[in-house]
Amino acid sequence: MKIAVLSGKGGTGKTLVSVNLASITEGSSYIDCDVEEPNGHLFFKPVDIKTEDISVKIPTVDNCLCNGCRKCVDFCKFNALAYIQDNIKIFDDVCHSCGGCKIVCPENAISERDKNIGEIQRGVSENVDVNTGILNTGEASGIPIIKELLRESDNREFTFIDCPPGSACIVMESIKDADYCLLVAEPTLFGVHNLNMVYELVRIFDKPYGVLINKCLDDDNPAEEFCIEKGIDILGKIPFDNELGTINSNAQIAVRADKEYLKMFSSILKRVTREVQDETAINP
Amino acid sequence: MKQLLILSGKGGTGKTTIASAFIKLSNAKAYADCDVDAPNLHLLMDETKEPKHTDYFGLPKADIDNSLCIKCDFCREHCSFDAIKTEDSLYKIDYYDCEGCGVCEVVCPVGAVDLKPAIAGDLMLYKNNQVFSTAQLKMGSGTSGMLVTEVKKAMKVAILDTELAIIDGSPGIGCPVIASLSGVDMVLIVSEPSISGISDMERIIKTAEGFGTKIAVCINKYDTNLENTAKIEYYCKENNLTFLGKIPFDSDAVKAINNGKSIIDIDCSAGRATKEIFIETLKIL
Repeated sequence: MKIAVLSGKGGTGKTLVSVNLASITEGSSYIDCDVEEPNGHLFFKPVDIKTEDISVKIPTVDNCLCNGCRKCVDFCKFNALAYIQDNIKIFDDVCHSCGGCKIVCPENAISERDKNIGEIQRGVSENVDVNTGILNTGEASGIPIIKELLRESDNREFTFIDCPPGSACIVMESIKDADYCLLVAEPTLFGVHNLNMVYELVRIFDKPYGVLINKCLDDDNPAEEFCIEKGIDILGKIPFDNELGTINSNAQIAVRADKEYLKMFSSILKRVTREVQDETAINP
Repeated sequence: MKQLLILSGKGGTGKTTIASAFIKLSNAKAYADCDVDAPNLHLLMDETKEPKHTDYFGLPKADIDNSLCIKCDFCREHCSFDAIKTEDSLYKIDYYDCEGCGVCEVVCPVGAVDLKPAIAGDLMLYKNNQVFSTAQLKMGSGTSGMLVTEVKKAMKVAILDTELAIIDGSPGIGCPVIASLSGVDMVLIVSEPSISGISDMERIIKTAEGFGTKIAVCINKYDTNLENTAKIEYYCKENNLTFLGKIPFDSDAVKAINNGKSIIDIDCSAGRATKEIFIETLKIL
């Protein structure tokens, strides 16, 4: 069972929720798909880490074989090749590794080489398998890392996928195989605007979903109003709480640090798993 | 035109809050929201008129004519993005996976594949006394970095001569951030005093350093964890990074934002601290 935790807006508490829920779920797996800014490992501090390099295929040209026809340059939709001073120049950073230049070259002058873009670290923290994807700084796309993370991490009964913020391609890749999407919202003007976006996204992908509202104050709650208006299930509310904020800002896991939070997240987990099981029973 | 870009690495540290305050404080004639997959700046900018909308065409998407298809499977075999699926022995393109590279079109022996233009976002330009360029990536679309480049281009084309442009960036360090970084004069990094915030700040600084851009750091909600605030200040000192100041957590600021106002529209401690950081920013820009 794969539960993706996403939010649209950054800083609403995706990592807080996924780390704590994974910690109290017996035999669970945590996957950090926010490969640009992974933070879950800072909380779990996993041990027995195995590291796996992730690379993509980048073209390389044998300029002795190149006849200057520029078919590769014309083909590339990403403008990753140019013909400058009788040589093909390749811009690695914008290459999408489609392999097209190699196919269209009539002289077989193009071959492929591996280019490292980041790594995956797999370790253990108490009862949780911790999988972290880390994109090298300066690299544009972490999608190949996310693909590999999700492909190899399917052996546990419950998997929590900590998604990147936003709603673009990296988020789509992260939720693609999820059985359920948990949307973490915050009761602010920005929070609601971005909740609306991920709400549209999970509907496009036809995923069952529910909302968890974080940082709730006693006053007006625009996120709650939004959910009621749209008929979205609210699976729980986490109060705005300075102590929880401090524990979290020090990268401690709240359910391991304090019994009160263990109680709070346990009741959220109960509600979430019931919801997930119901949904997946209806739409297996 | 000097361009100031506001980034953070981590989401939710206060980029848009600070960008909107800076725009009002400077009376900037040009500004842009480059967080195209979760734009929020327009919610604070009191624009009354409708913006000018322009369709943004990203890369094309492949389309297979199954009446011509001979089921040779070449397209599926060669697709690097697993975007071609077979369903009831028909070949179909997964719209979300297709990156528009054109390999399938090239390898198809019977010309059954076509690349078709696809709308991937909505560019919006508000033009009054100032120019405000923003965009919304179409839900389910990929090419956000290219859209960011278009947002910046639209701003520059609309206003040729002004002293200062303020650009609100997106979280992360990937393609939209890289696209927003190119050509700017300075990056202001909004950090927050959490272990996550510090880790993310270090990664965005490394990314920005790759562009040789001037970098400065400020801390938002600094009083929520004084120990981590001290760590950030120490990190800046150790790495010779300009540190411009710190903003307290302020529930009045939260209320202002929720009412669609900037934090300098009301008198509050966060607004006053932001003003000081703004003055320091202008000194080094």
